[in-house]
Amino acid sequence: MSEKQVSEMSFEDAMAELERVVGQLEGGDVPLEQSITLYERGAELKKHCEAKLKAAEEKVAKITLDENGKPAGTAPLDG
Amino acid sequence: MDLIDDPIPGENAPEFTVTEISGAIKRTIEGEFSHVRVRGEIGRVSRPRSGHVYLDLKDDRSVLSGVIWKGVASRLATQPEEGLEVVATGKLTTFGGQSKYQIVIEDIAPAGMGALMAMLEKRKKTLEAEGLFDPARKKPLPYLPEVIGVVTSPSGAVIRDILHRLRDRFPRKVMVWPIAVQGVNCAPEVTRAIKGFNAMTPGGALPRPDLLIVARGGGSIEDLWGFNEESVARAAVASDIPLISAVGHETDTTLIDYVSDRRAPTPTAAAELAVPVRIELLAWVDGQDARMTRALSNLIGQRKQRLRDLSRALPRPETLVAQARQRLDYIEDRLPAALRLAAQRKKLKLSEISGGLKPSVLSRSLREDGRKLDDRIARLTPALARNNRDKRLRLDQTARGLRLQLLQDDLHRKSDRFTQTVKRLIDAANRQQVDRHARLTSLDRLRETLGYKATLKRGYAVVRGDGDVVTSKDKAGQATILELEFADGRLTLGAKPHKTNKTSAPEQGSLF
Repeated sequence: MSEKQVSEMSFEDAMAELERVVGQLEGGDVPLEQSITLYERGAELKKHCEAKLKAAEEKVAKITLDENGKPAGTAPLDG
Repeated sequence: MDLIDDPIPGENAPEFTVTEISGAIKRTIEGEFSHVRVRGEIGRVSRPRSGHVYLDLKDDRSVLSGVIWKGVASRLATQPEEGLEVVATGKLTTFGGQSKYQIVIEDIAPAGMGALMAMLEKRKKTLEAEGLFDPARKKPLPYLPEVIGVVTSPSGAVIRDILHRLRDRFPRKVMVWPIAVQGVNCAPEVTRAIKGFNAMTPGGALPRPDLLIVARGGGSIEDLWGFNEESVARAAVASDIPLISAVGHETDTTLIDYVSDRRAPTPTAAAELAVPVRIELLAWVDGQDARMTRALSNLIGQRKQRLRDLSRALPRPETLVAQARQRLDYIEDRLPAALRLAAQRKKLKLSEISGGLKPSVLSRSLREDGRKLDDRIARLTPALARNNRDKRLRLDQTARGLRLQLLQDDLHRKSDRFTQTVKRLIDAANRQQVDRHARLTSLDRLRETLGYKATLKRGYAVVRGDGDVVTSKDKAGQATILELEFADGRLTLGAKPHKTNKTSAPEQGSLF
């Protein structure tokens, strides 16, 4: 089982890991104790994925440039 | 006769110094050609450190030198490239010090579509030769970018389309870097925007995007030209952030499209490449959750069933011990009675044994043994004396029979027998010796009659040549010495009579 902390995973990694966990559980040949650990990890991964998906927020900003063309800050995009 | 004969042509014309004529030409030329457009192919281009650009404009017969001052060169939309067909706008000027004239170029533009396309082809070939179109070089797009940087015009349909599609699929943080999407400023601004996004730090005040979209709506090739500039393409190549290009319509392919990590046919398509669909992912996660729960409950269910099966096969604990229990009960029942009985038996035996065990019995037995002992002692001494007497008697008898005369008689007898035996032995030996002599004599007589010597007595002779017996005339002729043996001796013939050898020594008669 991967030792990587679920909270540090990217969405894509968490997805792949979740898929692996589900596959292993469905394989049916894991010992009971391990299957419970797997399930807990799967639940954690699922929570993480959901959090990433729920964190979808739209925030649009326009970069404002100074007279040298360097970014100076942001402004709401109007148009 | 003419008063004025042979006038020298031009004699009346004023004389110029070189500088004067040079100045006059300059005025004329600069006055006449203060604003001209010249079409030609760009020849040799040189860019010294000063920043000015020197080049030649040429056609099939003539060459015109040109210069682009530093300030002008930096803001030209089309940078001069050798071989490019252009229309140069500017004024002519002279350079009196070297008797030269040149065009000072204010602007330069490709001469028509053909020239533009030819230039684009050339750039494509250069970049492709560098391997910049190689799919292996291109970076994969992040699956779910957190921040998307969009390089496009902040107003207009393009950014609206992108934002709209992003919102549908997966709302994200978007930073728009405003640029001019056409005209002279387009290429430098796009270049600066790509570099600017890459220069941001992740998670900073202006968070660095993890995906870039460079987008522009459709337009004429001239409108899109900024995205064909080499500086833009090279900035896209150098970008560490994966970059999607979406310039123009599907049929327009600009230079940046060849080097970007992904090319989207439209800005909307770019948004679709950029993010997955959130609803689908949510459903997928739910699906995984359901599968996982089902799998776990299956796992547990299977084990439960297994446990049930096994426990059915397991006999009840009561039945395991029932028989033993019963035996225990039975034995337990018999235990007190058996104990009592055993104790009684032992008691009886004890009383039996202890009944015979009395002091009078012991002392009687002791007395009896004492008497037996006395009796044996009394018999011991006479028996010893009697035995001794017997042995002495036998010794005396034996000693009496042992006398010297008997031994001497025996010796004489044996000596006589020995002498007789020796005498018989000598007689027998002498007899045998006489017999043997007689047999030897008769055998020798037989030998004499069988040998050649007897033949010699009858008149024959043996001939020897050089010691060997000769049996033919030839051998006799070859021999140096011939020897004849007769019955009564040997006769030697020849020059050197040999000493008779030992084989011819006269035979001795028999000793017997």
